[in-house]
Amino acid sequence: MIVTLEWYLWLSAVLFCIGVAGVLTRRNVLIIFMSIELMLNAANITFVAFGRFLPDANGQIFVFFVMAVAAAEVAVGLAIIITIFKHHSSIDIDKVNLMKW
Amino acid sequence: MEAILFIITALIAVVSALLVITGRRPVYSVLFLILTFFCVAILYVMLGAQFIAAMQVIVYAGAIMVLFMFVVMLLNLRDKQKWEVSTALRNVLGFAVAGCVLLITASALKSSFNATAELNKDYGTVGAVGDLLFQRFLLPFEFASVLLLTAIIGVVMMVKRRRKSDDPEPQELSATPTEGGTGS
Repeated sequence: MIVTLEWYLWLSAVLFCIGVAGVLTRRNVLIIFMSIELMLNAANITFVAFGRFLPDANGQIFVFFVMAVAAAEVAVGLAIIITIFKHHSSIDIDKVNLMKW
Repeated sequence: MEAILFIITALIAVVSALLVITGRRPVYSVLFLILTFFCVAILYVMLGAQFIAAMQVIVYAGAIMVLFMFVVMLLNLRDKQKWEVSTALRNVLGFAVAGCVLLITASALKSSFNATAELNKDYGTVGAVGDLLFQRFLLPFEFASVLLLTAIIGVVMMVKRRRKSDDPEPQELSATPTEGGTGS
């Protein structure tokens, strides 16, 4: 049984949906952020899998840039989380509701 | 042989991803996410992307998760607190939406992809990726470095400790009246 492209795509889809469930279910901001990173990794697996099986070398370039953007996003997001924690003294996502109606 | 390795790695990745989102303490979630990233790096090596696998370990597992661990330790979070327990409705709806997303992506996977598998010898090596990065994708590469610089500046500005009262300007320097006053 050889590993085809569909195997990797299924794995990527399952990881992505686990990330979606984590974002929607948890109230801790850090866990939500980690689930977002999980979703980004699932998309990266899809890129690399298509790059290998098409074959196309540009998939890995896109993964490179996704990683760079994810690193910048994590840094800024964690700084925002620290600022929220300084203000509210808790990281409950339900308390961050200033822009809610 | 490759199928066995794929199945084992994929199972470990999925199980540790599930443990990330249902972890009791944030530290456990961070550690399980590191395990997931290592499994993804193994998958990248199986897909022939050696450079990206090394980048995954260095950048994701080595830098981003270290940042997460810093923040978890800084915020000094204990176990799952009382405020953190979600209602049952939220859990059910969250998993239902995730199931719907899986259904949508599964419908896209119905068609079979006829994908060939011949690769040239230097596919995925540092040289091949570097060739593309510095010739065809040079502009996005430079933009990525500007983006990282912007992120660094933004983070430092946000988390900098601000003193309540800055030092007032010495009187002899503000001989001429300024327009709006020097409000600090």
